[in-house]
Amino acid sequence: MLEGKQKEILDMLNEIRPEFDFVTSSNFIEDGLLDSFDIITLISMLEEKYQKKIDGMDTVPENFFSIEDIIRVVEKSEGRN
Amino acid sequence: MQTIFREKKISSILGILPETVGYFDDEVGNYSFPAKQTMRLKKVMGFEKHRLSKTGTTVFDFASYGLRYMFQKEWIDKREIGAILVVTLCPDYFVPHISTMLQGEFGLASDVLCLDIAQGCCGFLIGLMEAYLLLEHRKDKKIILVNGDVLSHKISKMDRNDFPLIGDAATITVIEQDAKAGDIYYEMHMDGSRGDALKIPAGAFRMPSTPETAKMIEQGDGNVRSLDHMHMDGSGVFSFVQTEVPPLLVHMLEETGESADSIDYFLFHQPNRFMLQKLAEKAKIPEEKLPMNLVETYGNPSGASIPLTAALNLREKLLADKYRCCFSAFGSGLAWGGMILDFGRLEYCEIIESNL
Repeated sequence: MLEGKQKEILDMLNEIRPEFDFVTSSNFIEDGLLDSFDIITLISMLEEKYQKKIDGMDTVPENFFSIEDIIRVVEKSEGRN
Repeated sequence: MQTIFREKKISSILGILPETVGYFDDEVGNYSFPAKQTMRLKKVMGFEKHRLSKTGTTVFDFASYGLRYMFQKEWIDKREIGAILVVTLCPDYFVPHISTMLQGEFGLASDVLCLDIAQGCCGFLIGLMEAYLLLEHRKDKKIILVNGDVLSHKISKMDRNDFPLIGDAATITVIEQDAKAGDIYYEMHMDGSRGDALKIPAGAFRMPSTPETAKMIEQGDGNVRSLDHMHMDGSGVFSFVQTEVPPLLVHMLEETGESADSIDYFLFHQPNRFMLQKLAEKAKIPEEKLPMNLVETYGNPSGASIPLTAALNLREKLLADKYRCCFSAFGSGLAWGGMILDFGRLEYCEIIESNL
């Protein structure tokens, strides 16, 4: 059972791509669950939800393989001014 | 390549648009994605509307429409022209070239040099570079630089990742000698090993167009296109821009002793709002110095993006005064580069709408 930020991010992923099962995927990119436009959509949702600015260099697909990866990106990001 | 050009200036810019406007809201139903999901991209990417040329309209049509306007309005005299440069990914024919077609159309002298250059997103910077080089040998003449593309005809209308952002347009820029002009810093990089990130697979000699290449295929990501269509590897291009362009900007500013404060305007190629916002954040450029509204207003017109962005956002200012500007473009090739220059006190600057 996911809680807290994990659950919030899973909800976002399910909102972006409701047709996919993000819980059983071991790699969202390799499994074809997220494309570049989904990542952009997710970044805008993460920035809005957590009031962060995600660095452009952190928006590469390698940072979006799993929910844990996504949490790491959010946590290293600067707060919005 | 890194160099300084001296005693050159941009003296006029004309933008030429097709009259047809495509609205993102109307096109959402063309894509296989749920409408709600697609509409999320509207604000983030700046998808609002884009200009679409009519079937059969070519870059020559836009260029000749614009040149005729410039001659009629007496922006330039035919005898002043030393060269016509056409930078495009959309030739009318493999042969003859658009530049020579324009020379023939307007009866220009046979010593007017005509040159077509195949370049996409960096087409304005590459065209300026060629114009500056030519002016070293034709100091008494003016160079006509045409940047134009009609890429909407080469992008699937069922491709949500490519079609909403593209726009058809052309610009004509006049470049000439100016003994009083300040130095122009120029830097350009290329990496052909990543060239497949932006590609039209079929239609030239390697893979001629056939009924087979025209077959529409679902790509597995929800987008539908054929081998005759352009495809952009969104992740690859985005990573490329976010990793290569910020260091380029830092290097350019260091080389010229400039800073984000001392530059008045950053006029960049316009891939989409999100990418430009991330670049502005990374380089700590205030958003008011970096216009990012071309995609939502006209669409991304490839090589014409920088002059069209300038004319759209700064027309009155550029007619009245001169500004310290940083141009930067990045895209097909892959290529990325920039220019730092004094830009303004233009003789003419206008965007016109055609029936094309």
